[in-house]
Amino acid sequence: MAESHLSAAHAEHDHKPYGWRRWVFATNHKDIGTMYLILSGIMFFIGGSAAMVIRAQLFKSGMELVDPAVFNSLTTMHGLIMIFGAIMPAWVGLANWMIPMQIGAPDMALPRLNNLSFWILPFAFTLMLASFFVPGSAIAGGWTMYPPLMQQFGDSFPMMIFAIHLMGISSILGAINIIVTIMNLRAPGMSLLRMPLFVWTWLITAYLLIAVMPVLAGAMTMQLTDHFFGTSFFNAAGGGDPVLFLHVFWFFGHPEVYILILPAFGIISEIIPSFARKPLFGYEAMVYATASIAFLSFIVWGHHMFTVGMPVAAQLFFMLSTMLIAVPTGVKVFNWVATMWRGSMSFEPPMLFAIAFVFLFTVGGLSGLMLSLVPSDYQYHGTYFVVAHFHYVLVPGAVFAIFAGIYYWLPKWSGHMYDMRLAKWHFWLSVIFVNVLFFPMHFLGLAGMPRRIADYAPQFTDWNMVASIGGFVFGASQLLLPYIVWKCVRSGKPVEANSPWDGARGLEWELPSPAPYHSWEFPPTEAVLAHADKH
Amino acid sequence: MKRATLGKLPGILALAAAGGARRASASGWDLINMPRGVTNVSTRIYALHMMAFWVCVGIAVVVFGVMIWSLIFHRRSRGAVPDVTMTHSTKVEIVWTIVPVVILVSMALPAARLLVRINNNTDPQLSIRVTGFQWGWYYHYVGTHVSFVSKLSASSNAARQLDSGISPTSVPHYLLSVDHKLVVPVGEKIRLLITSVDVIHSWWVPDLGVKKAAIPGFINQASFTIAPNKPGVYRGQCAELCGRDHAFMPIVVRAVSPAQFAAWIAQRSARQTEAVTGPAAAGATRT
Ligand code: HEM
Ligand SMILES: [Cu+2]
Ligand SMILES: [Cu+2]
Repeated sequence: MAESHLSAAHAEHDHKPYGWRRWVFATNHKDIGTMYLILSGIMFFIGGSAAMVIRAQLFKSGMELVDPAVFNSLTTMHGLIMIFGAIMPAWVGLANWMIPMQIGAPDMALPRLNNLSFWILPFAFTLMLASFFVPGSAIAGGWTMYPPLMQQFGDSFPMMIFAIHLMGISSILGAINIIVTIMNLRAPGMSLLRMPLFVWTWLITAYLLIAVMPVLAGAMTMQLTDHFFGTSFFNAAGGGDPVLFLHVFWFFGHPEVYILILPAFGIISEIIPSFARKPLFGYEAMVYATASIAFLSFIVWGHHMFTVGMPVAAQLFFMLSTMLIAVPTGVKVFNWVATMWRGSMSFEPPMLFAIAFVFLFTVGGLSGLMLSLVPSDYQYHGTYFVVAHFHYVLVPGAVFAIFAGIYYWLPKWSGHMYDMRLAKWHFWLSVIFVNVLFFPMHFLGLAGMPRRIADYAPQFTDWNMVASIGGFVFGASQLLLPYIVWKCVRSGKPVEANSPWDGARGLEWELPSPAPYHSWEFPPTEAVLAHADKH
Repeated sequence: MKRATLGKLPGILALAAAGGARRASASGWDLINMPRGVTNVSTRIYALHMMAFWVCVGIAVVVFGVMIWSLIFHRRSRGAVPDVTMTHSTKVEIVWTIVPVVILVSMALPAARLLVRINNNTDPQLSIRVTGFQWGWYYHYVGTHVSFVSKLSASSNAARQLDSGISPTSVPHYLLSVDHKLVVPVGEKIRLLITSVDVIHSWWVPDLGVKKAAIPGFINQASFTIAPNKPGVYRGQCAELCGRDHAFMPIVVRAVSPAQFAAWIAQRSARQTEAVTGPAAAGATRT
């Protein structure tokens, strides 16, 4: 590895506050990143517990565990917690940790804003989770919160809306910080088209966040005023239109699903070259594909609404635009495969998760393609087929990419190596049982099982049992992750070199391990940049 | 016979992929694909679905095949040397942009044709107003006095109470049976005028190839023609989350010959006074 360009003197600049102040008044990108990741982990397990109850209830036909109203609350909160509580904060946490290191900056551009955007979240999530305990329990209209159903819930209704407002503010502040950091703090010589793909995909994601979080907030505020102040945006009796909400929600909702996946594309695009020991194939194509996906994501929202009765021309438009998105998505997959091609691959945990990502995300992309054909979607919509589709892109998609990122960068963060054997156990259990869990859902949906139902006809029992067993084992195996991380930080073998991965390239690997408190106190020189680029 | 096996292939392939190469034994294991259905539209949707499925299988075989090849042969443990000069190739990149576009267009064309066909709701021989409510359906045969509420059957309703102790398998068509079925004639074009009095529901019967949202304040249309040789009972469910008992508002359609239907309508009209019941009635007249 390259000799470290950073002297020991660097470390002496660490005048960090100690004790609780270090966290409450945190302005350091690493401390804030750590807090984001821990919060995300907590929410992942809370949302996961809800999923375990859901799978237990659906283990077989017959109502035996929870009341249908509770079941609906659980599915609703599972979705909201996983999207806003688990996946999004994990991405922001990884952005905080990695973007300054990857662009040669000492920290994020706006450290106090960074503190604020993190500390909003515990309040938002407390409000959200507390809504379980108010009369009438949590909202139960699905994560999509369609009116007029949403209007029927008690105090949890305004609580959830305020929680969403808070999360939206946090996301927007975080996104502003990320954009400003990337635009202003890049090391001299790091041109835009030299940036690592994780930075690129996050830059585009940040713009998506700024564009659509206010849209969600607006839609939810309109529901709030419909409920409390007598407006009729979505109330047909007052001349409003419930379908308007669907349009506004999905105008947010589809870009949102790309907010959840674009940073994953970035991480995978860094890990595969590292372990194939070969530069990413088609770097520029990757950047342009990401940008076109982001653009197209604004004009496909209608594919969530094919059965609400849009004009044929509109349905046709949304079908074609949705199919078009498959093209840049395909380009990405082909580029990853081409990067592996004639490489020299080794299979450490980050690479294992990345390979599983490429396989299983593609499965989700292909079912997405099937869903985009409107006539077929008339049969798929509102069934477990859709549930299978989006869980394939989100669990072995987004979540596996987060795991891959953690296993890739944890040695850099902690300065210790984790237990490789356990991490491989985590991988194999996850990859096998995620399929046992979600693949049968394709069958159930095609055979006619609607989603979001608390009980089902007996003929669906067999595949539901398979899915539930897969769910229980998958859920239990996730407990390995916090254990592996804890063990690594406490007592992992120290990493001596800058990089534990011989094929890894990028500025973060030019820093010592663990990375110094103020990552790049002096910008990396052109020589360092060149070394970081080289494969 | 051959066709039936082909239809099951996706599931069988998928089973193999999921690592469980078990043979279908009990009936539940067979439920892995979309029903072909009993209308012209539902059969064409099935064909489109299978076409899209095979295209996806084809893409998956090629992409995963290359990947698996690479995973086997291009690994360091086999002494593979990375080809670090391979960074991009405009030619290849153009090819793998154009080829998918061609494949997509070839899928979009039949889909668009079928889409236009499905959304043609003109010239029905019979119109039925369908009104969703929490939690059941209200049907009114337009131009007659025949109307009624259709709710989950009493036996299913008893069994679905939390800890009822009644085994679902002991109830005929548990959760898929109603007190009053929607009766329609085969061979005639039937148009549904679908709305709701409270929240959004969705009227779905897979065998008819119809799924349409029931939205308060708006009337949606959908139509179907059941093949003349396919009288029978077709079951479906609400497909849009509509509150606590969303799982418990099934739809059951009984398709009979036009003559039987005429007799049924005449008999129902005769006792129309008792027909209009339930909370939906008030809202339904509003539409
Ligand atoms: C090739 C790319 C994709 C295509 C063509 C596609 C297409 C679709 C379509 C047509 C639907 C609507 C299905 C219905 O409700 O009837 C859908 C739903 C969904 N997709 Fe995708 N999709 C793609 C990729 C993704 C990705 C990358 C994500 C997220 C990471 C995603 C997340 C979702 C979610 C969450 C839903 C369901 C939302 C809900 O109803 O709750 N999709 N997709
Ligand atoms: Cu979408
Ligand atoms: Cu419903």
